[in-house]
Amino acid sequence: MAALDDNPARLELRGICKSYPAVVANDGIDLRVMPGEIHAVLGENGAGKSTLMKIIYGVVKPDAGEMLWHGAPIDVASPAHARELGIGMVFQHFSLFETLTVAENVALVLPGKPSLDNVVLRIRAISERYGLTVQPSALVHSLSIGERQRVEIIRCLLQDLRLLIMDEPTSVLTPQATTRLFETLRQVAGEGCSVLYISHKLDEIKALCHRATVLRAGRVTGTCEPQGETASSMARLMIGRDLPKCNHPQAVGVGEPGLAVDGLSLASDEPFGTDLSDIRFIVRKGEILGIAGISGNGQQELLAALSGERPTPNAGVMRICGMASAHLGAAARRRLGLCFIPEERLGRAAIPSMSLADNALLTAHGQKMVAGGMLRSDAIRDFARRCIDDFAVKCGGPDAEAKTLSGGNLQKFIVAREVMQHPKVLIVSQPTWGVDVGASVAIRQSLIELRNAGTAVLVISEDLEELFEICDRIAVMANGRLSQTRRVTETDVEEIGVWMSGLWPDRITGAASRQPDESLYAT
Amino acid sequence: MQLRLEPRALRSRSMRYASPFIAAALTIVMGFILFAALGKNPLAAFYAFFIAPINSINRVAELLLKASPLVLIAIGLAVGFRSNIWNIGAEGQLTVGAIAAGWVALNPAFADSPLLLAAMIVAGVIGGMAWAAVPAFLRTRFNANEILVSLMLTYVAQLLVNWLVFGPWRDPQGFNTPQSPLFADGALFPILIDNTRLNASVLLTLVVVGVGWVFMNKSFLGYKTRVVGLSSAAARYAGFSEKRTVWVGMLAGGAAAGLAGVGEVAGPLGQVLPVISPGYGFTAIIVAFVGRLDPVGIVFAGLLMSLLYLGADSAQISMGLPAAAASLFQGALLFFLLGVDVLVNYRVRVIRAMATHHRTVPT
Amino acid sequence: MMDMLVPVLAATLGAGTPLIFAALGELVTEKSGVLNLGVEGMMLVGAIVAFITMRGMGNVWLGVAAAGVAGALMALLFAFATLTLQANQVASGLALAIFGAGVSAFIGKGYVGVTLESSANAGISLPIDIPLLSPLLDSLHPLVYASWLLFAGVNWFLSRSRAGLVLRAVGESPASAHAVGYRVIRIRYFATLFGGAMAGIGGAYLSLVYAPLWLEGMVAGRGWIALALVVFATWRPARVMLGAYLFGGITIVQYFAQSAGIAFATQFMSMLPYLATIVVLVVISRDVAMIRRNAPVSLGKPFHPSV
Repeated sequence: MAALDDNPARLELRGICKSYPAVVANDGIDLRVMPGEIHAVLGENGAGKSTLMKIIYGVVKPDAGEMLWHGAPIDVASPAHARELGIGMVFQHFSLFETLTVAENVALVLPGKPSLDNVVLRIRAISERYGLTVQPSALVHSLSIGERQRVEIIRCLLQDLRLLIMDEPTSVLTPQATTRLFETLRQVAGEGCSVLYISHKLDEIKALCHRATVLRAGRVTGTCEPQGETASSMARLMIGRDLPKCNHPQAVGVGEPGLAVDGLSLASDEPFGTDLSDIRFIVRKGEILGIAGISGNGQQELLAALSGERPTPNAGVMRICGMASAHLGAAARRRLGLCFIPEERLGRAAIPSMSLADNALLTAHGQKMVAGGMLRSDAIRDFARRCIDDFAVKCGGPDAEAKTLSGGNLQKFIVAREVMQHPKVLIVSQPTWGVDVGASVAIRQSLIELRNAGTAVLVISEDLEELFEICDRIAVMANGRLSQTRRVTETDVEEIGVWMSGLWPDRITGAASRQPDESLYAT
Repeated sequence: MQLRLEPRALRSRSMRYASPFIAAALTIVMGFILFAALGKNPLAAFYAFFIAPINSINRVAELLLKASPLVLIAIGLAVGFRSNIWNIGAEGQLTVGAIAAGWVALNPAFADSPLLLAAMIVAGVIGGMAWAAVPAFLRTRFNANEILVSLMLTYVAQLLVNWLVFGPWRDPQGFNTPQSPLFADGALFPILIDNTRLNASVLLTLVVVGVGWVFMNKSFLGYKTRVVGLSSAAARYAGFSEKRTVWVGMLAGGAAAGLAGVGEVAGPLGQVLPVISPGYGFTAIIVAFVGRLDPVGIVFAGLLMSLLYLGADSAQISMGLPAAAASLFQGALLFFLLGVDVLVNYRVRVIRAMATHHRTVPT
Repeated sequence: MMDMLVPVLAATLGAGTPLIFAALGELVTEKSGVLNLGVEGMMLVGAIVAFITMRGMGNVWLGVAAAGVAGALMALLFAFATLTLQANQVASGLALAIFGAGVSAFIGKGYVGVTLESSANAGISLPIDIPLLSPLLDSLHPLVYASWLLFAGVNWFLSRSRAGLVLRAVGESPASAHAVGYRVIRIRYFATLFGGAMAGIGGAYLSLVYAPLWLEGMVAGRGWIALALVVFATWRPARVMLGAYLFGGITIVQYFAQSAGIAFATQFMSMLPYLATIVVLVVISRDVAMIRRNAPVSLGKPFHPSV
């Protein structure tokens, strides 16, 4: 076999540039992927990875630069063209059609007009070969996340695949399902297909990938072989310095219950949602309780019930500082001292086209911003300015439109807005999703400080590392049920990972009493 | 080389103010082309449309008289539109307001009361609100689309007034024409300028403009309804009630339209007729948009629409153009405005062929 | 009473036909995720264009074709504003309705109150004489048969054809369809123009067969009723047919009630279709879950292919 340097790379990018109105996503990116290689593209949120993949797949056109496929320059005109070349992509937020069947979804991307029966046969063949079990006649909305990802992968494998792009694939998988995915990818690479693996998870890249290209703020900061590196050396390439840690002394003087939920059961009002059954937990003042779990297991429904967006008639099911409140709406709960930070920044926690001052009014109006039904603009702007200054939010002032802020800065503003209301109970969902490392540390630190000041804090997150870093106790949500809680010091990521499949020991018998839920997490 | 629309990072403030003017200019250009195609002198048509209608006190009074209900209704509608509440039935609410006022005016029990006009105003506002309450209720309770319900009720209202003037309210001394008896003087708005038709209802409109401005820009309820319109998820998060917003939005439009209805029957009409308004309820929708859902803009937009109405009438007389030209231009203006508005949120970019860019690989 | 049955049925089918054209067209448009409220305006323009063509050329089918083109052109204005220029779909639909009313009144000025010779019905004569069915089929206008063919075609297109599958995918998730490589905007343009053409033909039926004359605003709200019908049918073609004939029946009731001796002021009878529309909307809309399951997910939301 000729030396690697004489073989043309399967894919080579030279000097790719792409800008958007507010940000330069890619600035002169170079990349080389060899046949049969699993190549990581490493970088934190906002480094430009997704944009780069969209350029390779033909969804987006670069402003400058060139792309070489098997040594010859090409211009990928569209995803269909990319598929013709043998490039397949599994998106981070899947591109499946929920109301159609698996077979129909696959048929939509196959060239020519194959009959559905033919498609079903081909799906079954690929399923067998790679161990990716899925029912061709099932409607996509009834599938679990893991199954949906399998459909996406099968869709790619059905074409003559030369390059498979996986965009942050494990953000929605349990640790066990991740292991299965890696086996599939190794099999695919072993057959000569190249894999581009996009992620910011250092340990996964170390376990799976042959080479890695590191991006930071739209530029390549280096390439390396992950097996020969440590997590901290890769982190240094990724963020320019060592991974910072939070200052987290143990909880002191934990007080009475701030938030008590007792027997909350709720049917989901989404057509494809999860019903809650018999949720019970207590968050005391001065402590942080974390709820781990993959999205789609009832977290949205739980948050809606807790925030007041879905009141329930049985008032005593939820108590804020002892006051029965399950029947109250969101505004009434705020008056009782509850604050809430949802995971969607733009379009829920803040309105994109409104100024920061107007957005402050959204939840903080109880801070003397309204008198006799009329707005007090001075009080509003003062509050907004204090949020901006105290949390070092980089923006154009209180009049800046929310959508002009970067993800991290907007999240800091939203956290500031809620924290500065001195809540008795704070509920946060995915506090640092899509936020750069500097802002993430600041946000986590502010949650810890709030806890130290006596607030009861509930954090719901998919990021196990984050939960273990800041929480005092931790529980797991799976299938609409909540496990018992554990002190963070008395458990570890492995055990929690198992619990995330619904396999926690039954409270009464103390033994594992539930069968693994095949439909959810079949690995 | 191709043109491409790119989203702007920040909405362009200058375009927000400029686009109504650009849309108006485009409409005028369209008019010129249309008239030339019909063989009429475009400049003469321009004169007939824009200059002739306002070259005397009497004509200016007519302009204000027609602008008043348009502005009034548009303020009420704007409150709703800002919250994504689409009250399209203002014409029907105007009609029912007129019917309610007419009932008071024609009722012998109120005949000599000094409060007759005041009672008519109250009745008209309540009537308009009641007609708007139906779509509000059906939307909040049954999730029924308020556009379709309010529109259906417009047809019902027109049939209702038709029945009234052909039937129970027909003037016995009217030689069988379908109309109600003429209202007594106490049931009419006083005239403001002698020898014109301009009456005191214009002052009510100005008051409503002021109230509308305060509500939209300075009140907490105005803020809350704006949030509901911008993002229902954020409104739910904040605990702002969508149902209350629906009621506020619909009732504001209904009250304003009902008041405009009183202004017609207690003003230039002086009685109840089978057709109360020449489509003010629909034109007000355009006024609200062209005025950018803002009270100040609405005043100017109302004057412009009124000018188009009068211009079409005068062009019909002097140049034989169909009076329907007015609604054609009004519709075109709205279309142009919606189209030009793209430049508020997007920028036009000219894309040349992609430049290639060689760089040495960093070590 | 029995000898009334054929004329009543024929009249009901006829009254429902313009609704079928307009509603099926709008259904296809909405299935792609586009909400076009301007149906009333497109029907009015179709009606006057068909009328003028008929007066000038004397051929019904030329009139129908011209109406289809005119409706599609009006829809093109709307499509350009909403799909290319990203304007708000609700506002643009209203603008189209108002503009269409203005255009039709403007070009129809010289034809108000003019009547056409009623075109020979040229229904289908069956070789054997089945009671009720033969005289019924004989008295129907060819456009009624055309509407049945349209129903069959739209049904097949949506549920069995590949293009229909793509259309449904676009309506559900334009972002996913775009990511997979389909030209969302182009597909929506076609769906919108088709809806416009059908609305135009619906209007042509009114001015050429139903009336047959031209009056300003003669569509009298049927365009809006067609929009309500699509919701009532939960976006399924078969239920559109059912709803359209139901409304046809309600519209006809007033004429036959009078001959049957039921005395109600005509205005109240005329209110029935509009009141019925409200009732129907309420009945269907209150089942929020069903609407959520059947309505195209992206209906009315703008889509900008971020390239």
